[in-house]
Amino acid sequence: MFANPFKLKKLGILGMNKRNIHYIGAHNDRKYYPLVDNKLKTKIIAQSAGIAVPKLIKTIERQSQLRYLKEILEGIDGFVLKPSQGSGGKGILVIVKREGEEFIKANGQRLELRDIQRDISNILSGLYSLGGKPDIAMLETLVEFDPIFDRYSYEGVPDIRVITYRGYPAMAMLRCSTRESDGKANLHQGAVGVGLDIATGKALFAVQHGSPVTHHPDTGYDFSELEIPHWERILTLAASCYEVTHLGYLGVDIVLDKNLGPLILELNARPGLAIQIANRTGAVKRYDVIDRQQANLDVAQRVKFSMEHFGRKTGEG
Amino acid sequence: MSRRLQALLITFILAFTGFFIVWYKVGVLGIPFLPHEKRSVYTVGAEISFVGQKKSVLVSMALPEPQEGMQILSEDVASSGFGYAEGETKEGKRAEWSRRNVVGPQKLYYSLEVLIEPGEYKPKHPITPSEQETETLSDLPNILQDTAKNLLHDVRSRSADTHSFVAQLIKDFSAKEPSQAVKILLAQAGETKIDLLYRLLRYRKISVRKIHGLFLESARRNIVLTPMLDVYDGKNWQLYDLKKGKVIRDKNFFVWQQGSASLIEVTGARKSNISFSVNERQVPVQNLLEKKELVKKAAILDFSLFTLPISAQNAYRHILLVPFGALVVVLLRILVGLRTSGTFMPVLIALAFMETTLSAGLIMFILIVGMGLVIRSYLSSLNLLLVARISAVMIVVILIMSFMSILSFKLGIKEVLTVTFFPMIILAWTIERMSILWEEEGAREVFIQGGGSLIVAVCAYFVMSDPFVSHIAVNFPELLLVVLAVIIMIGRYSGYRLSELIRFRSMVE
Repeated sequence: MFANPFKLKKLGILGMNKRNIHYIGAHNDRKYYPLVDNKLKTKIIAQSAGIAVPKLIKTIERQSQLRYLKEILEGIDGFVLKPSQGSGGKGILVIVKREGEEFIKANGQRLELRDIQRDISNILSGLYSLGGKPDIAMLETLVEFDPIFDRYSYEGVPDIRVITYRGYPAMAMLRCSTRESDGKANLHQGAVGVGLDIATGKALFAVQHGSPVTHHPDTGYDFSELEIPHWERILTLAASCYEVTHLGYLGVDIVLDKNLGPLILELNARPGLAIQIANRTGAVKRYDVIDRQQANLDVAQRVKFSMEHFGRKTGEG
Repeated sequence: MSRRLQALLITFILAFTGFFIVWYKVGVLGIPFLPHEKRSVYTVGAEISFVGQKKSVLVSMALPEPQEGMQILSEDVASSGFGYAEGETKEGKRAEWSRRNVVGPQKLYYSLEVLIEPGEYKPKHPITPSEQETETLSDLPNILQDTAKNLLHDVRSRSADTHSFVAQLIKDFSAKEPSQAVKILLAQAGETKIDLLYRLLRYRKISVRKIHGLFLESARRNIVLTPMLDVYDGKNWQLYDLKKGKVIRDKNFFVWQQGSASLIEVTGARKSNISFSVNERQVPVQNLLEKKELVKKAAILDFSLFTLPISAQNAYRHILLVPFGALVVVLLRILVGLRTSGTFMPVLIALAFMETTLSAGLIMFILIVGMGLVIRSYLSSLNLLLVARISAVMIVVILIMSFMSILSFKLGIKEVLTVTFFPMIILAWTIERMSILWEEEGAREVFIQGGGSLIVAVCAYFVMSDPFVSHIAVNFPELLLVVLAVIIMIGRYSGYRLSELIRFRSMVE
């Protein structure tokens, strides 16, 4: 029933308490949190640092703007609506296309204009934000997902989560939505996590609800054939967030756009622990290696180091 | 200093301070650590009787002084028609009754309540100069002086130190067949045994004083005070019973009078008599605390909750329990890894359960939250703004609650009536949070977090409603420092949670 805690420690598995005290507490200064908790701020600062992000169409800050929503959405076929301070994907509305007066969600559900107005109204009144603070709704261009993922995602948004520790990419996984997760890339809700080899971007293991799977439960494709394109660019993008956010322990969520390549979707100052299960590797071992590295290396050097040291080795796992 | 070390240090200081105050209160002040502990309170009554002779009567009685190891809780005088006053004299405090033109048999009553304090008895009366004055025996006839000196010489040869000397002397005076010398002294000196012994000892330059007191036991009536000699050997005072010789200072021995003054003086009446009675009753210590009888004596207790008005005390009775609930939340979240909706919502729910009962509270909670979720989901389709919607949910919650109370009253289920006090804000917020969770994360998460909240709330309820916990929370609020220390310590715990041992099970295999 229970795993032996000493064995877990020997494997270097990071637990929630240790994460909170030794990684988040020690490396993430709280004053930098608003930057990542507020997606609008993240986007602005990332853009100014030359980091690729999905384009912001418009922000909606007041309920009164909802009256002109029709005009605002004029000529925009696909878009993403999200609260700037939401967490865990709450309140995000993805519209893939329009048919006449109706808006079609990624899962095929049809919405009217007033449904969208209601969602924005909820966002503005703070329903999805931490502590119920009034919020701003962001209208973003729809990412045109690289078709490479079509086989590994059901109705949704596949994204790549890279954990960077002190600016080094330490661990990565692909999060694939399933029918069970309702098109969301949230592992809690039944999305599949696929561990990725830091050296190559190839799939290592896949897990759903903490148990190993070999094929996508809905599309039936074998995860072992999966290889992420633009891998080094993805790692570079993730690693460069360190300079921008000053957060030593960071989860970087990246999507692959068909035309634009990797884009940063979101940053997370409190990334979860399931990535270890998807990689079948304890995170602490890698963090310890990084802790022994000298500071002040630039992004390219850090990425190179990670790719050399954290790749799949024979016998590992 | 590293943060880890700082946390350890703070933990240690807090825990030490908390335990030290508890030790002081239990060991020194005698506040019981366990609830329902009882303490003996003795009622000591003096009954003075005399017969009036159509004259003014003045009655003066020696009153006990405050003494080590005993606490006088209250005193009471019953003397109809007599004026009563307490006066301070050189020999100590005295009670005085007075009345003009007294006819016939009269009775005066004086009583006090005594509590024996815990801990070792350590007498530390200083020696007053009058006790150190030496005796000369010169007022005795010559023949008696010689007899006394011979007796003392004889006793001295049979003794080794002050204590054995006193013991031997008393033994001589208490023997069934006393020696010739003792017989002569008792017969001709015209003094009582205690006065004579007192004289002889002082003649030997031994510090000694006369004490009259009584043993606090249950239900004794018509007793007289036991005379005792208190002898100082340069280090300790030692009590000597005039019949039995040396006695170990009994914790039950209550000193009524010290010194040579008379116990009672009655002028203007005849057949005056005084007798004492002792009665024991068991009093829960809680009552003593609440009546502030224990409180007034120690400065540390002067700052305790018992000095507050009763209504404020009652409020703190609940508030002081919250930290123990918080401790349960910390344990179950950090060490076990249960997920709850909101950090301290479970404590609030547990507080609500304490107002109802657990079973009624649980049923009501699940019913109201369940019905609230249904109504909330309809309200959300009406497109309301957030604040308006929460308010609407709250009103609906109140309606459901009142309806349930009325219905259950008609059905004769009384427990549900208390539910009206169920904090409705908590319920409304729970419904709101749960419904958002349902929309965003699905029903599974609602059951995980809702179930987690209820499990933690039930655990917190059991801890907070435990009589022992509520007793120590109210009587030993300094234990909150220890709770704080434990919480800080757990806050530095970076090991695995119990749930993670299950979660990462597959990694080991």
